[in-house]
Amino acid sequence: MASVNESKVLTAKEQLDLKNQRLIRKLLWMLLGSLLFAFALVPIYNVLCSMTGLNGKTQNTATVLAKAKIDNTRWVNVQFTSSVMSGLGWNFYPKTTSVRVHPGQIETVIFVAKNTTNEVVVGQAIPSVTPGIAAANLKKIECFCFIRQSLKPGEERAMPLRFFVSPDLPKDVSDMTLSYSFFPAVK
Amino acid sequence: MSTTTVAHHEEHAEHPTGIMRWLTTTNHKDIGTMYLTFALIMFFVGGAMILGIRAELFKPGLQLMNPEFFNQLIGVHALIMIFAALMPAATGFANWMIPLQIGAPDMALPRLNNWGFWLLPPSAILLTLPFTLALFGIGDGALATGWTFYPPLSIQGGIGVDFAIFAVHLLGISSVLGSINIIVTVFNMRAPGMTLMKMPMFVWGWLITAFLLIATIPVLAGAVTMLLTDRHFGTHFFDAAGGGDPIMFQHLFWFFGHPEVYILLLPVWGFIPQILETFSRKPMYGYKAQVYSFWGVGVLSVVVWAHHFFTSGMPVPALLYFMYSTMAISLPLAVMFFCWIKTMWKGSMSFETPMLFTVGWIILFGIGGLTGLVLADVAADAQYHNSYFIVAHFHYTLFAGGIMGIMAGTYYWLPKMTGHMYNEKLGKLHFWLTAISFNLTFIPQFFLGLAGMPRRIPDYALQFAEFNMISTIAAFTLGLSQLLFVYNIVTCARGGKKATAQVWEGAQGLEWTLPSPPPYHSFTEQPTVK
Repeated sequence: MASVNESKVLTAKEQLDLKNQRLIRKLLWMLLGSLLFAFALVPIYNVLCSMTGLNGKTQNTATVLAKAKIDNTRWVNVQFTSSVMSGLGWNFYPKTTSVRVHPGQIETVIFVAKNTTNEVVVGQAIPSVTPGIAAANLKKIECFCFIRQSLKPGEERAMPLRFFVSPDLPKDVSDMTLSYSFFPAVK
Repeated sequence: MSTTTVAHHEEHAEHPTGIMRWLTTTNHKDIGTMYLTFALIMFFVGGAMILGIRAELFKPGLQLMNPEFFNQLIGVHALIMIFAALMPAATGFANWMIPLQIGAPDMALPRLNNWGFWLLPPSAILLTLPFTLALFGIGDGALATGWTFYPPLSIQGGIGVDFAIFAVHLLGISSVLGSINIIVTVFNMRAPGMTLMKMPMFVWGWLITAFLLIATIPVLAGAVTMLLTDRHFGTHFFDAAGGGDPIMFQHLFWFFGHPEVYILLLPVWGFIPQILETFSRKPMYGYKAQVYSFWGVGVLSVVVWAHHFFTSGMPVPALLYFMYSTMAISLPLAVMFFCWIKTMWKGSMSFETPMLFTVGWIILFGIGGLTGLVLADVAADAQYHNSYFIVAHFHYTLFAGGIMGIMAGTYYWLPKMTGHMYNEKLGKLHFWLTAISFNLTFIPQFFLGLAGMPRRIPDYALQFAEFNMISTIAAFTLGLSQLLFVYNIVTCARGGKKATAQVWEGAQGLEWTLPSPPPYHSFTEQPTVK
C-alpha cells in the first residue's frame, strides 16, 4: 500500500510496479513454504508412524521378555510371507507359513535363506505387519532381522524368529500377516 | 491515465515478425496462442500413444508390443495429457482471456510469462526423448511406472524415470511461474470498479487454481527430488532397506495429485456458467454460491488425498476420515450443478457448438462425479481399486470434464480470438462424434472394471474380449474425430465470415466490448465497470 508521500512522487506505472513486487515477494515466500513443508513431511510421517504404528512397522530390537500372561481364551492366526527385492540373488522363504497361537504364548518359526550367487552377499530383512494396527502387538524376542545377514556363495541358513503376540491385541484382530522383504544391505 | 497508456502503446507498436515474434513475445495474446497450439499438438501426441495401447488391447494376447513398451506408453500418455495438454490449454485461455475479462492491458509480468511458456517444449522433449534414445540402444525407454512414479518400481526403473523427473521439475516451474503471474494480474490489474465479487467465473476458477498450484507443485517437486536422490545419491526416503517407507511417497504424491485434479478442472468450471448464460440469454444463477463453492472445493481438495490408496493399509479411523471428507466435496459440486441447471431454466436457449459441448459436459462430468462417489466408498473401493472402473471414472472427469470443457471454451472464444466464425456444421458434427464415441469408449470400461479387469496390463482374460473390442473401435473413432476440431480451428484462423465484437447474441462481459479479433494491445483506454 503506497503511502500518501509516495503517491506524490511516483507515477501510476511505478506504483503498480511496487505493488506487484510486494505481492510477488509474498507469493515466493508461499512457494518456499510449501517446498519446506514437503521435506518437513518426511520426519512428520516417521514420527506419526512410529507413535501409532500405522504403517505396519514392527519394533526392530528385541523385547525383554515381560511376564505376559497367556490368554487361553483367544486364538490368533499368524501368517508369514517373504519376498526378495531385486539386486539380491537369494532364495528366501518361511518353513511354516502360518501358526495358531494364544496371545502371550512364545512361538519360534524358521525362515530359510540361500545365496544362489557365487559371491558373498549381505542382506537386510525388513518386516511389515498387516493389519498395521496390530504391528505394535507383535513382540519379537529374537529375529534374524535385527542384524544384517551375510551369506557365502551357495550357503543356506535356517534363521529363527522368536515372538509372541501381546495380549492387548485389539479384540477384532484374529489374523495377522508378518511379511519379510530381504533387501541388499545398505553399505 | 489514458495518456500514459497511449504512450506505452506506441512504444511497443513495432514488434518483430516471423519466428522472433514468437520467441521474444511478451504479448499475452501471442503467448496464449502459443500455449493453446502447444496443448493441441501434445493432445495428439498423447492421443497417438493411447491409440497404440487401445490397439494392443483390441484382442487378448500380445500382438503389437511388449509389456515394457505398453507400460511406457501408459505413463507418458498420462503425463503428456495432464501436464502438456490440459494444463497448458487452461493456461493458454488464462493468458488470452484474463486480461480481456478484467480490463487489463496485458498480464502483470509479461517476460516471466514468455519464459513460462518456453519451458514447456523442452520438458515435452525430455518426456519423450527416451523413446528415441531406446531406438539407438541407449537406455530402455521412457518411464514405465505409470504417471504416479510409485517406488520401489520407480527406484529400480531405467533412465526414463530420470528424464521424467526432470521434465516434471521443468513443468512444475512453468506452472508456478504462470500462477504467480495470474495472481498478480488478478489482484493488481483489474479495471476500476471490477471488484473481486464482480469478476467473471473463469477468473475466479483460475485464481483458486493458481493458489492450489503454488501450494502443491512444490510438494511434487520435493517428492520427485527425493526419488532422484534415492536413485542416485544413496538416500533412503522411500527405500525400506535404509529405513525409508515407499508408502510415504504415495502420501507426498497424492498430496499434490488430488488438488491437481481440481487444478485441471477449476478453470473449466469457470467456462461453464459463462457459456450457459450466453446461450440461455439470462444472467447466471447464484454467482456468489458458485464462487464460494469453488473455494469450498479448493480447500477440501488438499485434505482428502489418501482416498487414492485406500487399499495400501490404513487404520479404520483414517479410512473413515478420508471417505467422509472425499464425499463432502460432492456438496459444493452439487451447489454448482444446481446453479448451472438453474441458469438454463426457462432461458431462451439455443444450441450452438459451445452450448452443445457445455450441456454434454454437464451430463458427462456428472457421471464422472457420481462414479467418484462410488470409489470414495472404502468398502466398495477395495473391489474397484486399480481396475478399469477407475480408468473409466477419471476419463469421465478429465476427458469429458476437462477436455470437452476446453473444447466448449475454444468454440466459444475462437471467433473472438481469430475474428472469424468457425464452421458451425462441422462444430456440431465434432460434438456428436466426440460425445458418442467417448461414451462408447468408456462405458464398456466401467463394466470391464466391475468384472475385474486390472488397469495397466497389456493382456487380459478371454471374457473381457468383446468390451475391449468395442472400446478400441470407439477410441479410434474418438481420436479421428478430433481431426475435425483441428480442421475447424485452422480454417477459422485463416478466414471465414467476419465475427462481430459481441459474437454471440447473449454474450456479456468486457472481452465482448473489444472488436474481434482484439487489437494487439487490448485496452488503450481502461474500461470502467459499474
